Formats: sequence, C-alpha cells, structure tokens
Amino acid sequence: MAAEGQQHPLKIYYIMWGALFVLSGMSYWTDFWDDGPIRTGAILLFMFLKAGGIVFIFMHMGWERRALKIAILGPPVALMVLIWLMSYEGFYIEDTRTEYYGESTFEPEPVHH
Amino acid sequence: MSEAVMEPTGGAGVVHDWSKDKQVFGVPWGKAMMWIFLLSDTFIFSCFLVGYMSVRISTTDPWPNPSEVFALSFGGEPIPLILIAIMTFILITSSGTMALAVNMGYRKDRKKTFWLMVATAVLGASFVGMQAFEWTKLIVDEGVRPWSNPMGAAQFGSSFFMITGFHGMHVSAGVIYLLVIANRVRNGFYEKRGGNYEIVEITGLYWHFVDLVWVFIFALFYLW
Repeated sequence: MAAEGQQHPLKIYYIMWGALFVLSGMSYWTDFWDDGPIRTGAILLFMFLKAGGIVFIFMHMGWERRALKIAILGPPVALMVLIWLMSYEGFYIEDTRTEYYGESTFEPEPVHH
Repeated sequence: MSEAVMEPTGGAGVVHDWSKDKQVFGVPWGKAMMWIFLLSDTFIFSCFLVGYMSVRISTTDPWPNPSEVFALSFGGEPIPLILIAIMTFILITSSGTMALAVNMGYRKDRKKTFWLMVATAVLGASFVGMQAFEWTKLIVDEGVRPWSNPMGAAQFGSSFFMITGFHGMHVSAGVIYLLVIANRVRNGFYEKRGGNYEIVEITGLYWHFVDLVWVFIFALFYLW
C-alpha cells in the first residue's frame, strides 16, 4: 500500500463530505442562538469536529504512521500555553485600562446594509 | 581506534552528517515537506488568531457584532452572516472535489483528476471573489479601516484585514498551485515520470489546510 499511497473507498469521502456540510450548517445555526456558555461550547465543538474530520479523513492523517502523527500534531499542543498566557495578560491589560483611563465612552453607530 | 574510519570534515562533513540518518517518515519526501510547511503555517495563523484574541480581550471599547456587520440584505430583511456561510459551504464543496481528485489520481484516471482539480480551483477563485466583495462592502459602505471603524473597537478592522487577508492570499496561491498541477496531470507530465500521482495528494494537503484554517476563522472571528 505504501507504494500506491493513500487509497480508500470513495464512500468514506462522501460520508465525510456530507458530515462537513451538516456540521457547517450547525455552526451557522449557532449564530441564531443566544450568547452564553452553551453557544460558545457548541461553536468550539463543531469547530473541532470539522477540523478533525478534515485532518484525519481528507488529509489522510488517520492512516499515517505514528511517527508522522506525533511530529505534525504534537507541536501545536504548545499553542495551548500561548493561548492561556495571552488571555491572562489580555484580561490584566483590560483591567488596568479601565482603572487608569476609565470606562469606554465609545458610541457605536448602527450597521447600514 | 587503530582502525578508525576517516570521516570527512568541514563542509563535506556537514553533508555527510546530515545525510547518514535513515529515513524517518515512510512517506514520499514531498509529502513530509508539505506537512512540515503546513505545521509552520499553523503557527503563523495561530499567532494571528491569538493576537486577535488578546486585542479583543484587552480593548475596553465594544466589539462590533460580526453577525450584524456581515449581514447581507437581498431586498428584504438582512440575513445575518449569510455571505460568510455561503463562502464556508463553497470551501467545503471544494475540499470534497479535491479529496475525490486525490483518489482519482491514485487510480490514474487523468481526465477525472484534471477536471476535479479544475473544479476545486474554480470554487476557490469564487471564494476569493466573494471575499473581494466582502472587503469592498466593509471598506466603502461601512467605513471599516485597519485603524478605526464606526461600529466599535478599532482592533476589529486590524484583526479582520490581517487574518482574512492572509487566508485569502493562501486561497489565491492555492488556486494557482492547483491549476499548474492540474495542467501537468492533463499534459502527461507525470506519465513520463513513471505515472506517479502522489503530487495530487500533496496539492490536496495544501488545499485542505486552507479549508482547515477557514474552519477556525469562521468559528473564532465570525461566530464568537
């Protein structure tokens, strides 16, 4: 199989394709929900399901050997630290801005279509 | 150490040392290199998205509601985020045609591979076209600039143009890449080289990655 590369039944691709359409539809649907932890969780859930499907099925990562999986999928895990640090700092900056400059006085204009 | 083999030093030594390892990844080198490129690209896009996250958290001005900003009216009531939803579906459709092109490439069905790649490129080009429309509307009608906008925090414009601009550039490059490879599939370039169509899968990796990045942009910038 290695010589012939990644060959899989077409059915797998059609199922994944359909699943991506359904998941994208559901992602778009969350735009009509009320803001809150449920909506945020749903956005992230659909995002990771779609990303996983693309990487593991369409990009064939699910069928690759573990050495490649670890080399490619391992390093991005470090991004979790960056996200944590930057959000922590972001909230701190927001607090100091509010403390020294006061609340925002920005008057938003409505969107025209 | 009496029988020590003399190993080359200097520049020849560098080449010798780097090339004596055995192959690690059991995939064609082009595929391994594409994956490593995509890994580095992951970090670039992550830096943009994390930067967007930190400016959005730290600003005290209200953040414009993307649902309203990107709403589009077709004569009646504006439909929230509709253009972005259409762009998302176009990119997913193109991912499907690309996956099929890879499969047809391994089956050595040159005609189907060619046309599926062309279809992918056309869908990608229409995505870029819609993005151009979106940018025009935002700049001309809504007055969004990288340094300010009337609807809220100035950082909205800078994050938006940077992230979607860089993504759009990737899509445009992908369209050109697809057309070049599709043309080579059609004119028999790979037939002369042993009929190996691994390159279609490598092109596919790049294209799926562009779709993958859009999944994150759609969720984190447009929906959040």
